[in-house]
Amino acid sequence: MKPATEAEVVECLAAASGPLRIVGGGTRGIGGTRGEVLETGGLAGISLYEPGALTLVAGAGTPLAEVEAVLARAGQRLAFEVPDFRALLGRRGVSTLGGVVAANASGPRRVQAGACRDALIGVRFVDGAGLVVKNGGRVMKNVTGLDLVKLMAGSWGTLGVLTEVAFKLLPVPEASVTLRLPGLDDARAVAALAAALGTPYEVTGAAHWPGQGTYLRLEGFSGSVDYRAGRLAEVLAGFGAAERVDGVARWQAIRDVTAFAGCAGDVWRLSVKPSDAPGLVARSGAQAVLYDWGGGLVWLLMPEGADLRAALGGFSGHATLVRAAAETHARLATFQPEAPPVAAITAALRARFDPRGILNPGLM
Amino acid sequence: MQMPVPNPAILARKAQIVRRLQSVLPADAVVHDPADTRAYECDALVAYRCAPLCAVLPRTTAEVSAVLRICHEEGVPVVPRGAGTSLAGGALPTADCVLLGVARMNGLLEVDYPNRFVRVQAGRTNLSVTGAVEAQGFFYAPDPSSQLACAIAGNIAMNSGGAHCLKYGVTTNNLLGVTLVQMDGTVLEIGGGFLDAPGLDLLGVICGSEGQLGVVTEATLRILPKPEGARPVLIGFDANEVAGQCVSDIIRSGVLPVAIEFMDRPCIEATEAFAHAGYPDCEALLIVEVEGSPAEIDEQLARIIAVARRHNPVEIRESRSEAESARIWLGRKSAFGAMGNINDYLCLDGVIPVSDLGLVLRRIGEMSREYGLDVANVFHAGDGNLHPLILYDANKPGDLELCEEFGAAILKLCVEVGGCLTGEHGVGVEKRDLMGVQFSDVDMEAQLRLKDVFDPRWLMNPAKVFPLVLTAGRRAA
Repeated sequence: MKPATEAEVVECLAAASGPLRIVGGGTRGIGGTRGEVLETGGLAGISLYEPGALTLVAGAGTPLAEVEAVLARAGQRLAFEVPDFRALLGRRGVSTLGGVVAANASGPRRVQAGACRDALIGVRFVDGAGLVVKNGGRVMKNVTGLDLVKLMAGSWGTLGVLTEVAFKLLPVPEASVTLRLPGLDDARAVAALAAALGTPYEVTGAAHWPGQGTYLRLEGFSGSVDYRAGRLAEVLAGFGAAERVDGVARWQAIRDVTAFAGCAGDVWRLSVKPSDAPGLVARSGAQAVLYDWGGGLVWLLMPEGADLRAALGGFSGHATLVRAAAETHARLATFQPEAPPVAAITAALRARFDPRGILNPGLM
Repeated sequence: MQMPVPNPAILARKAQIVRRLQSVLPADAVVHDPADTRAYECDALVAYRCAPLCAVLPRTTAEVSAVLRICHEEGVPVVPRGAGTSLAGGALPTADCVLLGVARMNGLLEVDYPNRFVRVQAGRTNLSVTGAVEAQGFFYAPDPSSQLACAIAGNIAMNSGGAHCLKYGVTTNNLLGVTLVQMDGTVLEIGGGFLDAPGLDLLGVICGSEGQLGVVTEATLRILPKPEGARPVLIGFDANEVAGQCVSDIIRSGVLPVAIEFMDRPCIEATEAFAHAGYPDCEALLIVEVEGSPAEIDEQLARIIAVARRHNPVEIRESRSEAESARIWLGRKSAFGAMGNINDYLCLDGVIPVSDLGLVLRRIGEMSREYGLDVANVFHAGDGNLHPLILYDANKPGDLELCEEFGAAILKLCVEVGGCLTGEHGVGVEKRDLMGVQFSDVDMEAQLRLKDVFDPRWLMNPAKVFPLVLTAGRRAA
């Protein structure tokens, strides 16, 4: 099914007699679900773009690339730096805004500019009972009523089918500088990232790629970026001499985790307190790792079928199985199992918004 | 404004309920004498008052859980209260409720500089969070103007903003985790010292839920390094529309100020008479503040001033020193006091698309003449969050009602142009009956279902946020 309007989405849901698999462009879905495919790519088009108000409203099926091109022409962007996981996950297809929202997909700039859910200011969706719901709107500040906008971000299509999304935008900065510290071990690297993020110099990327280097990004007006890069290098002198490197391709590779594309092994994503990360990695049994978000986000390449959560034992944070054989997804659970009282809330929310249990069953 | 009829069966059982609460709390933590419960009869929306059945002042999550379990068993509604600074009546009691005040839960539980967060008990005041970390060069970004008094619990309930949220976001963008106690006493731990919560974004749902879902007892908050410095420029214009256009153009220019504040002529005149800040004689003024090193500030202000010059400003006053910055901010910061000095006022909180500033201010001016009530505008222009202050005389019969009617008309206008009823104050009881202007019944039903999940018996913070007619069936069940 590929509805072209919101009304057709309602019809699709009303007519559904069994499970539906909700798909945007099919570029970033993880885990296993079943059912007839409902594609949202037909709900395309930018309905409002006001550069002077930093706002964009578009159909959930609008291609991300189209939106990025329109924004770039006006010197603006989605600040949360949407990752492209097609190489990592071995997918083709066209990423859509709805898919970005459903996955709350956020890249390296998340440390400074916030996640997708922070930039999302409004949604329209059709819930599992076929009701059309709007929440939020098109203005930057809005506390009217309960916040279903945040609830929909990162809900992986389990509560409703997104039909329209609204974003807050930011200007593209004039200049960007990337600093590289070579030769740090994981613990020293995370300490260096913490030191950098603890300065007022507004670091917009803080990553450690073992064997490649420890990377920091600064963005803004050119004079300001030069000044801050100089000051940051001074602050980090104890970690070695920071060198300026060409950053564009490097940050794209970090954002998209291209280092693990085409490699044998499972891919896990770990979200933890940055200072806990090196110790957890040491006992993970990972073949390779990549630290982003100052160390708070760790990508791990694990032996096929290995259980990262079991290897780590109890820890504060959560682990998501991003790429593995279907059998492994089924055996280990894609998402971190929740504590019983939280799991009860999650189950009740799904039952309320999808009473027939037809939206991406088995996922989350 | 209508409130539900208090449940006589609960009123009749007061002594028994108080005894049960006393069995799980220290003696001084249960307030039940009518002379004492009056202290909790209202928040900062003072037009509406009602003393609670009793008030409890727990000190721990375990005590909150014990209190809520008892109230759940007894079927008694609970009204949570932070510091009582809500302008929307978010903590207005009902006569048959237990008011749960978190003011004694003000501990600082953990400070983690390498991972840039603090964990606090939720009764702690907003400003004292920054106070605990500023010696190390950090701050907590959301800064509502009541920050000296208001509690983190209330900030989370209302998803509070502040003057600097154009750059730093509001509470929801700076909240990493909460401990929430549900109405039946269940304790939920959501999020923590990491950036994204697992599973559904329950943190985002709880933030801004106005005490509808449970009582937040602890919070993990993101702290940020303090900027090297900040300086404002004051720009005067001869028309509101021109000032509004200038705001849009500044935003488009690529500069990201931390604050863009707007004042119109009535507000400028009132603050001049009150605070003598030396503001120019003009129709509208902007205060635009930027942050960074001295050189970075110079560069950003130069760009802003270049944009402003295209709009033929009456005056441009760039701060060169701390003293000049303080003078520029003096009038803005005393604006509410100045208006209160003239008359009683109702402070609105609607939001509009920045591009419609000129149109909306002109319409508000026209409505002011129709209603015969003066309006002063002072607000966060960068994000379109208006704060029209409607002046009225509380001693003149019918004036409050007229003022409320005018306020509702302004909020309807905000929604008509694509905005919303409230940007940072919350709905509370104040805007409860206007929700239908912004949302369809189906939109609201989806929100009610969210509450059903957390509070199936509908006992948390009754008669707030949603029109009473919409919730009657659920409350009675």
